Amino acid sequence: MQFIGVLLDGIAYASLLFIISAGLSITMGLMQFANLAHGAFAMVGGYACVYGMNALGIPYLAMLPLAFLIAGVFGLVLELALYRRLYEASHLTQVLFTVGVLNVSAASAVFLFGAGSQPIHLPPYLQGQISFLDANISTFRLFTVVLVVAMAVVLASIVQLTRFGAQLRCAVDNRRAAIGMGINVDRLMTIAFTFGSALAGLGGALGVQLLGLDPSFAFKYLVYFLLVVVVGGAGSFVGPLLAALIVGILDTASRYYAPETGSFTLYLLMVALLVMFPNGLYGRAR
Amino acid sequence: MQASFRTVVCLAAVLTAVAARADDLKIGLIAPFSGSETAGLEMDNGIKAFFKLHGDVVAGRKVIVISRDAPTPAPDVARRLAQELVTRDKVDVLAGHLFTPTAIAAGQVSTQSKTPMLIMNAATSGILAKFPYTARASFTVAQTTAPLARWVAKNGMKRVFTIVADYAPGIDSENAFQREFVEAGGTMTGSIRVPLDTIDFASYIRRIQDSETGGVFAFLPAPDQAKNFIKAFRDAGLDKKGVKLVVEGGMLQPQITATLDDDAIGIISSQHYSEDHQSQENMAFVEAYKSVSGNRIPTYISVGAFDAMNMLYKAVEAQAGKLDPVKSVEIWRNMKLESPRGPVSFDPQTRDIVQNIYIRRLERKNGILTNVEFETYDAVKDNGKQ
Repeated sequence: MQFIGVLLDGIAYASLLFIISAGLSITMGLMQFANLAHGAFAMVGGYACVYGMNALGIPYLAMLPLAFLIAGVFGLVLELALYRRLYEASHLTQVLFTVGVLNVSAASAVFLFGAGSQPIHLPPYLQGQISFLDANISTFRLFTVVLVVAMAVVLASIVQLTRFGAQLRCAVDNRRAAIGMGINVDRLMTIAFTFGSALAGLGGALGVQLLGLDPSFAFKYLVYFLLVVVVGGAGSFVGPLLAALIVGILDTASRYYAPETGSFTLYLLMVALLVMFPNGLYGRAR
Repeated sequence: MQASFRTVVCLAAVLTAVAARADDLKIGLIAPFSGSETAGLEMDNGIKAFFKLHGDVVAGRKVIVISRDAPTPAPDVARRLAQELVTRDKVDVLAGHLFTPTAIAAGQVSTQSKTPMLIMNAATSGILAKFPYTARASFTVAQTTAPLARWVAKNGMKRVFTIVADYAPGIDSENAFQREFVEAGGTMTGSIRVPLDTIDFASYIRRIQDSETGGVFAFLPAPDQAKNFIKAFRDAGLDKKGVKLVVEGGMLQPQITATLDDDAIGIISSQHYSEDHQSQENMAFVEAYKSVSGNRIPTYISVGAFDAMNMLYKAVEAQAGKLDPVKSVEIWRNMKLESPRGPVSFDPQTRDIVQNIYIRRLERKNGILTNVEFETYDAVKDNGKQ
């Protein structure tokens, strides 16, 4: 039964795409900020994880929350120092700025950690395979799925149940009205940006095994992160989750069932989806 | 004050221009120096190692390397760089090239300007044919792959699956392996060409499992791909089920083996160079390379650069300091070298390199995962374009 295995592989891949892209969806929905450098925060998490494990001997499971924190702090500093100056700027300015951030992050990674791809040595209990419903799936992929599902539940609870979540939804729906109601949207943005960066950092740390990690990471996966957010619809969580599942499962399945087509199937479907849903699966017309 | 400052700047510019004198032998090196590729550095260190062993003066001319950064395979960048090197910097010889597309672009400039060119890596078969003033000091992927296919067939593997990166050298290696293996009586159980940006190999591993193959040949030389494929192969337990993995040696270069664990021990590969090659020449080379590079391990790319320098020196010496394009190529096509990789000669017809290909096993030696050579195929020609 390879079908179930392929499906689970795809879901694991989708989980990573979702956790990294979730923050991007919020910043793009909330501020219409075209942040092409979002993958850089995932890269920070990835490098933090590899460095902490290989140089400082910190165990993997402890490194995951640390990568979350470090990428969050990184996001906070960049938001306060640079990003918030450009919320009112034109999209072209934002794109130029964030491409600059991308280049600086790639060059810094080469300078600090070298040009090569980074090794990660997973603890033994996350290696190997287990049988699940007659299918073989790697233990690590299952771990990734479980962790991301847990994070998604936490995320959904925050957005749906807390006061902060209510403010966030309000600001995404109508920013001017939210400001008029006395919601501090600037502060909201800082918190959302920090949290989004932290999630990306966690995704980056988890992704070293499946996505790899080298200085070009943020460039290499930029298209995938943007696909997930644009096809899903910026500003929501459900849309990107759905889009991540489509991208992850389709990409994995097309490699298994039709390897000669390469990424053709995936991009074809993405074009079709965007033609049918120009504002994304869960996006609103603006 | 302003004027005197300007004078100083002008003077400095003049002085640095004078530093490269007219009778210097200038090499225009085109290779990736920025980005995630380290090949430029490996070539540069290979050249430095050569300077250390043989000096930087040949036939009375001081040798100067002018490096230009071509971080990607983009041919237009390489063409512009080669043109600038020839027309503005007036280089005597073009060199470098990690990628085949940049070698082809610069090869056109070499042909038009009658500038000799030495390829230090770019390993696609047949690219020399159109460029009469070019020789290759490296290898072709078909050349390193074919002996492995023969070795595999001879050592009892009857059914093999090939998985290669989907670009010209990958397709060269797929063709070379399949042709030699089927000729030697083997059966192909399937083949996959993997897009170059693929990192996740789970789906491909599942296809390999479905094929119930006895062995797998892989050529995925990008570090991320190599590492992830080997990991996925082991994680799926294919080796425990008796499926053998053999790879082209580019997949086990030192920067990749450094990221592998002990469970990679035993992988068989074939290539023209291992830093572990047992010879006087190689020991001297490795020592010189380590001393100029901050203790790095030389790669097949460094050896390509080192041997290209050797070819250049021999041609300049034979012409008493000159480097005529026609005569140089004449010298190169009849040249024999004792290289760190072993004996090297050239095919007088194609100008392509003829060399020993070694079958190696990955072992832990002095604490480092090393490709240890255990069988040699002598004087192998490139048969990629037959």
